[in-house]
Amino acid sequence: MIQPLTDEKRYSLTPGAEGLIETQTLEVSIGPQHPSTHGVFRMDCVLDGETVVALKPVMGYLHRNHEQLAERMAWLGSMPYTDRLDYFNSMTNNWAYALAVEKLAGIKVPERAEYIRVIVGELSRLQNHASVIGFMLQDLGAWGTPLLYAFREREKILDVFEAVSGSRMMCNYFRFGGVRVDFNEPMLAMARDITARFPKFLDEFEKLLTTNEVLLGRCQKVGILPKELAINASISGPMARASGVEYDIRKVDSYGVYGHFDFQVPVGELGDVYDRYYVRVLEMRQSVKILEQALRDIPQGPHVAPEVKLRNFKIPPGDGYGRVEAPKGELGFYLVSDEGGKMPYRYHVRPPSFINLTILEDMCLGHKVADVVIILGSVDIVLGEVDR
Amino acid sequence: MEAIEKIKEIVLQAVAGAQIEIVNSTPAAQQPALLVDREHISAVAKFLKEDPRFEMDFCSCVTAVDYLPKGDKPGCIEVVYHLYSVAQKQGPVVLKIRAPRELEQCRVPSLTPVWRGCEFQEREAYDLYGVKFDGHPDLRRILMWDEFTDHPMRKDYVPPADYEWEPTPHDNTLQRAGQAHGIMPPSAAAELEKTKKK
Repeated sequence: MIQPLTDEKRYSLTPGAEGLIETQTLEVSIGPQHPSTHGVFRMDCVLDGETVVALKPVMGYLHRNHEQLAERMAWLGSMPYTDRLDYFNSMTNNWAYALAVEKLAGIKVPERAEYIRVIVGELSRLQNHASVIGFMLQDLGAWGTPLLYAFREREKILDVFEAVSGSRMMCNYFRFGGVRVDFNEPMLAMARDITARFPKFLDEFEKLLTTNEVLLGRCQKVGILPKELAINASISGPMARASGVEYDIRKVDSYGVYGHFDFQVPVGELGDVYDRYYVRVLEMRQSVKILEQALRDIPQGPHVAPEVKLRNFKIPPGDGYGRVEAPKGELGFYLVSDEGGKMPYRYHVRPPSFINLTILEDMCLGHKVADVVIILGSVDIVLGEVDR
Repeated sequence: MEAIEKIKEIVLQAVAGAQIEIVNSTPAAQQPALLVDREHISAVAKFLKEDPRFEMDFCSCVTAVDYLPKGDKPGCIEVVYHLYSVAQKQGPVVLKIRAPRELEQCRVPSLTPVWRGCEFQEREAYDLYGVKFDGHPDLRRILMWDEFTDHPMRKDYVPPADYEWEPTPHDNTLQRAGQAHGIMPPSAAAELEKTKKK
């Protein structure tokens, strides 16, 4: 619920000169059922004419107490539930949870499994970034075309996920100490094919968008997020990097086998919507680079650590925090195990899109109400993760 | 990054009078935490953020854990902060604060003035665990609706009895049935009264 404006603030917004008509601010609720909110999300805006003077995000419409569900079942039981957090990237959600549990239990993952994780994780990043750009363009009014171009590519990647895990979106593919099913040669060939063709798609996409006059006009200098605020407000992922924060957990923690690969971290300058768009394009190019190396170097060996038990899996008492660079930002799991250790005593998700919304108001203030829609689109939220 | 004992020493030198205890996690996870008393947590947080040896400018994860009383050990709500440094690419430093479980005394100082990123996460901890953060600029429920009266992630939480799957409420749920009606919006309560009179 939004705080009512004080009289002082309300009248300071209106022209004070004599002879002018007194104006009022207007409180508008955008959402929860609105196509531009990417799900059930609400923004309580106060508008002065068309200019935003206050905006409060309201969430919780999709809240299902995911954390409590997980605290009432065995460790592995909540793996399929993590798919439903950010339903665009079930692979990286699985990865974050598996990584946190492996950290807590001290499990070592075989090298082939690590490579498979990198392959599915980067494929997931490709399809996420492509679709996000498509959705953002949809918010701009480029209805359909860029999104369908993106979905054409996403389709091929989902085919790989289906081949390897049996499901296109809710993959439930990771296991503690590895992955559920090994990649066989035809599946690797599919991934190689996608990797080889993706740069061509990106060139086409960029030709359509990067220097497009309408895109430049609507996105440049809109929703600027300064670097200091981005760090202070715990913003992570492409959002932070667009503001010039050179921080990528794949580089910093180099979890898994990310230390083996040669790739760069693209960084924006200004931190406006256009930078967020372009950082994602550049990140896709880097992901292709990682994929090429991973598909070339993937070793033979077991795809899951043989000593990890599926049933009666227990973890000694203690707590730990594991995090990965998900396509939307830093996805972390804070887990506490107590005596018995059969199920988590505490299971906390650190969702990137929830925390990236902290500064939504700061970015929108002073912009027109039409810009709010693209600023929200550039944050890249998925409500399954925001509300949990 | 220094060892946790060294960090404790440095912090103790900088913040006079702070009571700090080292809490160990599992040997595998290697993430020992500093348990700081409630009076000095803000000073410790500010020091860790500003000191050039740490520069913990990124507060990654904030959450609460509910520990029920066990034997003669009193229960507590533990608030956990995971700090990283973007400037020096190091971390994590884990800070923990404990508060009593009773709702009136369950208060800790807010770290939102130090890290803006705590804003929504502390609101979530308040919503789900009932921890009141003193000094938080906008402490409201964030995931549950505003009229909700309880804190559902607490270990002793009992859901209200007005669920469809509970045909014959009993024991705990029966006791809660009355309270569940208390959380109705006034218009709906008036409507209910009307049907009763008929």
